[in-house]
Amino acid sequence: MIKVNGLTKQFGSRAALTGVSFQVGGGEIYAYLGPNGAGKTTTIRILTGLSRRDDGTVLLNGYDIEKNPLQYKAQLGLVPQRTNLDSELSVAENLMIHGRLHHMEGRDIARRTEELLNYMEMSDRRQAIVKDLSGGLKRRLLIARALMHAPKVLFLDEPTVGLDPAIRRSIWGFIKKIQSDGATIFLTTHYIEEAEFLAERVAFLDAGKIVAEDTPDNLTASMGRWAVDYLDDSRLQTAYFRSRDEAGAYVQQRANGCTVRRVNLEDAFISMTGRKIS
Amino acid sequence: MIRGWTAVYLRELFILKRRLAKMVPAWSVTPLLYMIAFGYAVGQHVSVGKHSYLEFLLPGLVAMASMTQAFAIASEINIARFYWHIFDEFQAAPISNLAYVCGEVAAGMTRAFLASGVILVLGALFGVVLSYNLFFWAAFLLNSFLFASLAVGCAMHVKSHADQTLLTNFIITPMAFLGGTFFPLTQMPDWGQKLLGLLPLTHAAKAIRAAAFVEPVNPLDYLLLVGVGLGCFFFAILSVNRAKA
Repeated sequence: MIKVNGLTKQFGSRAALTGVSFQVGGGEIYAYLGPNGAGKTTTIRILTGLSRRDDGTVLLNGYDIEKNPLQYKAQLGLVPQRTNLDSELSVAENLMIHGRLHHMEGRDIARRTEELLNYMEMSDRRQAIVKDLSGGLKRRLLIARALMHAPKVLFLDEPTVGLDPAIRRSIWGFIKKIQSDGATIFLTTHYIEEAEFLAERVAFLDAGKIVAEDTPDNLTASMGRWAVDYLDDSRLQTAYFRSRDEAGAYVQQRANGCTVRRVNLEDAFISMTGRKIS
Repeated sequence: MIRGWTAVYLRELFILKRRLAKMVPAWSVTPLLYMIAFGYAVGQHVSVGKHSYLEFLLPGLVAMASMTQAFAIASEINIARFYWHIFDEFQAAPISNLAYVCGEVAAGMTRAFLASGVILVLGALFGVVLSYNLFFWAAFLLNSFLFASLAVGCAMHVKSHADQTLLTNFIITPMAFLGGTFFPLTQMPDWGQKLLGLLPLTHAAKAIRAAAFVEPVNPLDYLLLVGVGLGCFFFAILSVNRAKA
């Protein structure tokens, strides 16, 4: 379980996080959704011990990051936004180094490497040098490396950024599989569909503050279920409706150029902040 | 407290293994040029005390290499920090700052050992074989420990790779030439000798040379290297937290 209370971080005169508080339950996927610069990566860096906080408390399964840093870090796995694999080393060597950093025995490292390479469908790449892997394979290896020591909490910082849609979906499949194995997952993303597909609860982060937090359904419920996008004086506008029939009737009233779609988290985010996510 | 240091060390060894075929020739070029230019060509008819200039030069080159190669671990750390972001992997792992510093210092000392080995082999090819006894290796290890520790500490403070180059240019390069590696410090004026006596490399070169010539060693040289080395090591441990934003 993750418990964050009053997390604050300042970079010079700019407030990156202001009193951020949330809890993530065991086995839950919690998405942190916000535009670039909202404070998502800053939060994840503090929660994984890579950056210092100015104020607030952070607990992971009861361990405080300041008081018990080693026990705290033993609980977590991190998939960073920027690939930080050792590009000159092989796939197996990267996993081995990670295992040793987490005090795993040689036998366990060998067994877990085998398991994870099968899990990530890259057993045939065990001896490949990382710099020769495709972007999608590097992402899968990053996830495998984070899972090497079987962490109880997995932090995923924009896990599919820059990947093509097919690879993105396969990564989502792996994330669901990891959750079904019992891990708690904290995910940052600016992809609406990623948060909608994966998360049980979503927090909207804007300018370093959580502006809303709930299930994806509840966050969008107040908007209605259907949206019609239309052009008004060359500006894209959106109208919201409870049913598809109401949306259809509205389209018939208007001239051409209308699009009917389901309401999504971006609509909810815009209504709360006046800003787009992506 | 020290658990996990082998992971940091092993990573550096894997990288070293991958690059060794390129690094050995690179380690050979500079000492080879010094031996040819200063030792063989210029110094052929020069002697320093009872020894030929080439014999005088070789322990100096070993002292210099044990400093420069141990300090070069700073560049590796900065590449890992600023370009590959691998430092984050260490910071998110349940290992102490002490374990991290031990791993990197050991890696720096290993590089220094290999580079100095290349110099000793080159020296043998030039017909210079000195005594590589316990005092020789003790001074070598202390010097490489000191500069590897200093390198880890400095690497945690610099903000970019360019800053690291500045440190090398302003601290390591002058020390390499003035620390008693190429000429006996007795040829310097009194104030110069006192000033250069403040450099740890001066003491390392003195100790390594005395041991290699099987002359009496000065325990103060060793004590100074131990003291400054421990100071640099603690500086490195305290500096790791600074690298966190």
